[in-house]
Amino acid sequence: MISAKRVTLFCGHYGSGKTNLAVNYAFWLRSQGLPTVIADLDIVNPYFRTKDSREELEAAGIELISPQFANSNVDLPALPQQVYGALQVRSRYAVLDVGGDDRGALAMGRYTPFLKEENDYEMLFAVNFFRPLTPGAEEALEVMAEVEQAAGLKCTAIVNNSNLAGHTSPEDVIRSAEKAKELSRISGLPIKMTGIEKGLLPLLEGKLEDLFPMTLQKKYFDVKEI
Amino acid sequence: MAEKVLMKGNEAIAEAAIIAGCRHYFGYPITPQTEIAAYMAKRMPKIGGCFLQAESEIAAINMVYGVAGTGKRVMTSSSSPGIALKSEGLSYLAGSDLPALVVNVQRGGPGLGGIQPSQSDYFQATKAGGHGDFRMIVLAPASAQEMADLTIKGFDLADKYRMTSMLLADGTMGQMMEPVALPEASYVLEEKPWAVTGTKLARPHNIINSLSLVPEELEMLNFKRFEKYAEIEKTEAMCEEFMTEDCDIAVVAFGIAARVSKNAVIAARSRGIKVGLIRPITLWPFPTDVFKKVAKTAKHFISVELNMGQMIDDVRLAIDCSRPVSLCNRAGGMIPTPEDVLAKIEIAAGGNN
Repeated sequence: MISAKRVTLFCGHYGSGKTNLAVNYAFWLRSQGLPTVIADLDIVNPYFRTKDSREELEAAGIELISPQFANSNVDLPALPQQVYGALQVRSRYAVLDVGGDDRGALAMGRYTPFLKEENDYEMLFAVNFFRPLTPGAEEALEVMAEVEQAAGLKCTAIVNNSNLAGHTSPEDVIRSAEKAKELSRISGLPIKMTGIEKGLLPLLEGKLEDLFPMTLQKKYFDVKEI
Repeated sequence: MAEKVLMKGNEAIAEAAIIAGCRHYFGYPITPQTEIAAYMAKRMPKIGGCFLQAESEIAAINMVYGVAGTGKRVMTSSSSPGIALKSEGLSYLAGSDLPALVVNVQRGGPGLGGIQPSQSDYFQATKAGGHGDFRMIVLAPASAQEMADLTIKGFDLADKYRMTSMLLADGTMGQMMEPVALPEASYVLEEKPWAVTGTKLARPHNIINSLSLVPEELEMLNFKRFEKYAEIEKTEAMCEEFMTEDCDIAVVAFGIAARVSKNAVIAARSRGIKVGLIRPITLWPFPTDVFKKVAKTAKHFISVELNMGQMIDDVRLAIDCSRPVSLCNRAGGMIPTPEDVLAKIEIAAGGNN
C-alpha cells in the first residue's frame, strides 16, 4: 500500500507525466481524508498546466497554487509566493509539481532548505521509458543526477510512468517495469509505484505491484487524430 | 520503422532532422518552439554535430546561409516574430539558391502577440517570406508523426530544388505529445557540386552570391528560378482528402484546424450532410488540382483557420471563384472547436437545401 510523507515532489525529464501524476496524487491524498494543497512549480512548460484541472481540484477541496500567469500570454517564469505557505504551514499535505529536467528542478531548489529542515518529504523521480531521451535506465539515471544537482536534493524513490499516451498497451507497461527495476538497481532507489491510465487497471492488476491508476488531464486542444 | 516513442512535436522535428543528416542547428529561443533548440543542445554534442545559440534570430539565419553554402544540411527554427526577423536571410538564401530547413511554430500576432497557437503567418510563409521574387516550399504538419516525416521531406525537397523548405506548424503541434515511429537513419546525402568546399586546386571556384551587377542577368536568374517553381507546382503538391468523393460542402483546413475540422465532418456526416475535408499538406505549392476536382461536386467551401482568413484567398483562386467560400476562424491564439465548424457546415447546408 502507498504511504505518504507531508510533502511530495514530482520531478524528472520533461514530458514524463509529472503533472498528471501530481494531480492524481493530490486526489488520492484527499481521498484518504487528508487536507491537501497542490503547487505548480512548472515555469518551463508554456501550455500544459496543473491549472487545466482547476475546477476538478477545487470541487474536491484541494487548494491549487499555480503561477500567476499560467495559461496566459505572459511568458513570465515567476514562482507563486503562496508556495512558501504550503511548505511552512505544516497542517496540510503538499504536492509539488516540479518543472521538467534540471531547468525545472533549478526553480524548485529555492525550497530545498525548507524541505531539508522539516525532513518529511519524498522526492519522486518520474520516468517514462517511451520518451526518446530516456529510453533506458542509464539515460534516466543521467537525467536524475542532473535534476538532483539542480535541486540540491536527492530523489528518494522512482515512479514508473511509462506510456505512449492513449496508445499504451498492458504489455508496454509490463516491459517498462523491467527497465524501472534496472533503474532501481543502479540508483539504489525503491520503486514507489507505477502510474497507469485507469482503464488499464483491470488488465494489469495482479501482474504488477503498486499500480497507481490515474484519470488523465484534458487539454483544451486535445483533438483526436483520426 | 523503429519502436514508437512518445514525443512532443518540437522534439519530433529535432530528432527527424538528425535522422535526415542535419548536423548544424542555429537558433534563438522563443516560445512555443524552444524544445527544438533544447533537444538539439542535448543531442548535437553527442553525435559530433553543432548546436549554436546565436545572439539573435538574424545571426542564426546568416549562420544557416554559411553552412548551406558548404552543402551541409542545416536548419533553424523560431516562432512568428522570430521568423519575421529572419526574413532578410530567407531572401538571401533564395537569391543564392541555397537549400535549408526553416521551422516556424506559429504563435498569435501581430507584434509580440502572444505565446498561444496560431496560423497567422500563412501569408508570410506562402507569399512574403522576404523581399524579392521567390518561393519557399511550405509544409503543414497535423500530428507529431508528420512533424517528423515532413521535416525529413523538407530537407529532401530543399536539396532537390536548392531552395528553402519551411515547416509551418503552430503552438499546439509543437507542444502536443503523441507516439511517433521514427525511420532508421540511413541517409546517403548526394554530392553538391555547387558547394563551397575548397577547390583543392582541382576545379574552378564555386561562388555563392545573391548580388547581380547586370540587370539582364538578374532577370534571367529570376526566369530560371520560376521555371523551377513551375515544375514544383506541377509535381510536389501534397494533400489529404477525407470523404470528398460525393461532398456538397468541402471544408478546407491545415494543421490543428484540420484535426478540429475532421471531427466536425464526421459529426455532420452522421447528421446526413454530405461534407468532406481537404487538408493541404503543402501550402506552397497549393494543391490546386484537388480543389478543381472537388469543385465539380461541392457547391460550397469553408476555410477553417486560426487567423483572420488567409488561406481562404488561395481557396478562392484554386476554384476560380466558382463557388462561395466562407470562413470559420478564431484568432489571437484561440482555436475553433468542432462545434464551431459544425455550425458553419450546417449554415452552408441550409443554404444549399
